[in-house]
Amino acid sequence: MTDTQQDAGKSLTGLKKVRRWPPEVSILLVLLGIVLVFEILGWLLIGESFIANKQRISIIVLQVAVTGIIAIGVTQVIITAGVDLSSGSMVGFIAMVAASFAQVSTNERAVYLSHGWVDLNPIFPIVVGLALGALLGLVNGVIIAKTKIPPFIATLGMMVSARGLAKWYTLGQPVALLTDSFSWFGHSFPIMGFPVPRPVIVFLIVAVIFHVLLTYTRYGKFTYAIGANPQAARVSGINIGNHLIKVYAIAGLLSGLAAVMTAARAESAQPGMGVGYELDAIASCVIGGTSLAGGVGRITGTFIGTIILGVVTSGFTFLQVGAYYQEIVKGIIIVSAVVIDQYRQNLRRKA
Amino acid sequence: MISPSTMQAVRESGAVPNADYVLEVESVRKEFPGVLALDNVQFKLRRGTVHALMGENGAGKSTLMKIIAGIYTPDSGTFKLRGQDIRLKSPLDALENGIAMIHQELNLMGPMTVAENIWIRREPKNAWGLISHGEMRRRTEELFKRLNIDIDPMIEVRMLSVANRQMVEIAKAVSFNSDVLIMDEPTSALTEKEVTHLFQIIRSLKAEGKGIIYITHKMSELFEIADEVSVFRDGKYIATKLSGEVTRDQIIRMMVGREITQMFPKETVPIGKVKLSVKGLTLNDVFKDVSFDVREGEILGIAGLVGSSRSNIAETLFGVTPASAGTIEIDGKRLEIKSPSVAMKNGLAFLTEDRKETGCFLLLDIQDNTQMAVLQRRYVNYGFVQQSQLSKDSEAMAQTLRVRTPDMQEPIINLSGGNQQKVLIARWLLTQPRILILDEPTRGIDVGAKAEIHRLVSQLAGQGVAVIMISSEMPEVLGMSDRIMVVHEGRVTGFLDRKDADQVKIMELASH
Repeated sequence: MTDTQQDAGKSLTGLKKVRRWPPEVSILLVLLGIVLVFEILGWLLIGESFIANKQRISIIVLQVAVTGIIAIGVTQVIITAGVDLSSGSMVGFIAMVAASFAQVSTNERAVYLSHGWVDLNPIFPIVVGLALGALLGLVNGVIIAKTKIPPFIATLGMMVSARGLAKWYTLGQPVALLTDSFSWFGHSFPIMGFPVPRPVIVFLIVAVIFHVLLTYTRYGKFTYAIGANPQAARVSGINIGNHLIKVYAIAGLLSGLAAVMTAARAESAQPGMGVGYELDAIASCVIGGTSLAGGVGRITGTFIGTIILGVVTSGFTFLQVGAYYQEIVKGIIIVSAVVIDQYRQNLRRKA
Repeated sequence: MISPSTMQAVRESGAVPNADYVLEVESVRKEFPGVLALDNVQFKLRRGTVHALMGENGAGKSTLMKIIAGIYTPDSGTFKLRGQDIRLKSPLDALENGIAMIHQELNLMGPMTVAENIWIRREPKNAWGLISHGEMRRRTEELFKRLNIDIDPMIEVRMLSVANRQMVEIAKAVSFNSDVLIMDEPTSALTEKEVTHLFQIIRSLKAEGKGIIYITHKMSELFEIADEVSVFRDGKYIATKLSGEVTRDQIIRMMVGREITQMFPKETVPIGKVKLSVKGLTLNDVFKDVSFDVREGEILGIAGLVGSSRSNIAETLFGVTPASAGTIEIDGKRLEIKSPSVAMKNGLAFLTEDRKETGCFLLLDIQDNTQMAVLQRRYVNYGFVQQSQLSKDSEAMAQTLRVRTPDMQEPIINLSGGNQQKVLIARWLLTQPRILILDEPTRGIDVGAKAEIHRLVSQLAGQGVAVIMISSEMPEVLGMSDRIMVVHEGRVTGFLDRKDADQVKIMELASH
């Protein structure tokens, strides 16, 4: 590889320094490759450009903003060598609860009409949503930390129960007719002619915050340490149980945020919301280079992974590929992206 | 050049060319990113001999062995097996051609039985094509009998002691009928008795005409078991000598390229007041009624055979496995050490015995590995790591300890064992401990690095740090300790002062 041979800078012991590309470079190339393929196919088959369409780009990012927010929380969970399967169901339940605090008084079937909890300031549904997410995540974390059962099982339980709660909450009825001030958070606003959906802005802010959190704080360092070698982490004085509780609570908090965004965007909530989001989120993480074995992963990678998923979905719609084929190919792309990334990293290691 | 499969066929037909050397490699070169691991290296192994390989950590011994065992492919060089050119494609290829490696880090599957581990991929089948466990057991028993090993073939490997696992590894390698056996520091986890047993096995393998490559850091073993010795330094081949024709000093000089004036640079330092006082410390079913004091500036050596629970005492002191009874006092104040973080808060640091299991974060870089413990207490402001200051200090620490690496961003997995150990020591020194517990601080480390670590420990004691040092190496315990506590089967069997201590007295107490 060329990147190993250049730049023999001054080093600790005079050994040759290796210049490393950030690990995201390969996955970024995958993204560019996919975009290029759609662009070429677009001109060949449809006769128009794939990327030179503001509306389409806006839709791509809007589609992935919600799963992206979840994926960021899941990234840190996976770095600890855990997994969170409950985020999709949490979105369903929390969207229901949050929406129920955002209904208008003219709705005769509003959940809390008799309590007078209608036409509330949007702060209420948002705080309720975030708090509930953090609480459910906390439950995940406490179960994992105290009983030491595998996170897969603990969050699988939460996944099933939260979906049940979502259905139980209104006995299966959707929650509709939300206040404009709440729905505002799901709408778009124009920046230089681009319609930018607010969930996208939230996604970006969350991504930046968590990139900083994982890279520059003790919380981040300990997260990597626990995933890389829990025994060594323990001997280094890290309280693994407490840390895992924080990690899962934060993942829950972000699921809550995703739920609020989902409800605001749909201007309603129904118990089936968020089905499969947890898998999209996990897919974004692994496409972005996060290792399910723990200890490895970055928010920047997850961010690109999320965009890849969005581009693929949007690209297929653009090429008018049927929905069935879309799913088939999406699965293949998820696996191939990771295979390519791994292959490239092995090449680099052997070089 | 002939293909490995033809080679195998020739070998099975019994028409093996009768070459004097069973293995010859020449002008081997291997480069890793940033490191030239082997530079024009040669190595020749005679039939029926034990050939020791010596060199400091990072000298290239392990890389060369991995090339011989088919794990790495060399960038260039010639490779002759039984006089025939050959190019190995994989470890499996090497095995099938009669080269077996016994790894320093054992590679057995814990939840499977001893027999299953040995015969994996070669399981005897019954008439139905299914695995015949009876036949497998019989073959294992036969093999163990031949090697004089006493282990139940049907026990799960995870139930075995490290020494017994090592025996299983050796038996497995022998079971391939290999002509070349590579042993990478086979005695590092063995007791003296087990070493004697291992040497018996090696001698009988030698008598069968096998060539044995023996990597070691222990000089005494070299003279006891090896016929020839090859020395490497910084990825270069230095020389091959008959072991009867060289002296210890000559070898050390070849290895280091400089004279090591003092092996155990222990300074006499004033010993202060009692820092740590342990009374009646007990961990149920492991050790009982352990009492001792350590003073500021004192080095307390803990000696005992493997399995004497020396390491368990250290783990309990550090809160990894909290005590079931007894008291721990630091500076006269009684403390409940419930977890490592409580221990660290009270100035303790603990370099564990097992680098891979409880020491290194193998996926992370040197910087992260160095800073992980100190983040508990310092260099953090409102949750944010003060990275520039911390990087500066940890790099300085790595430099003091002479960690051989291009930079601090190198993944620790790319370092040699000795350099990894230095990084872990740096991790603990950054926490500025007042009581330092070292469990086998120089295991698997070359002479030069060893002396550096010893000098450092001495210096720390000079600064008033109380040091507890567990070691299996007698010269180290005798050379470094002010006092020696001997443990046997979970009990303290005696204390020896520096001036009275010698190897015989320690062994008497340790085997009680």
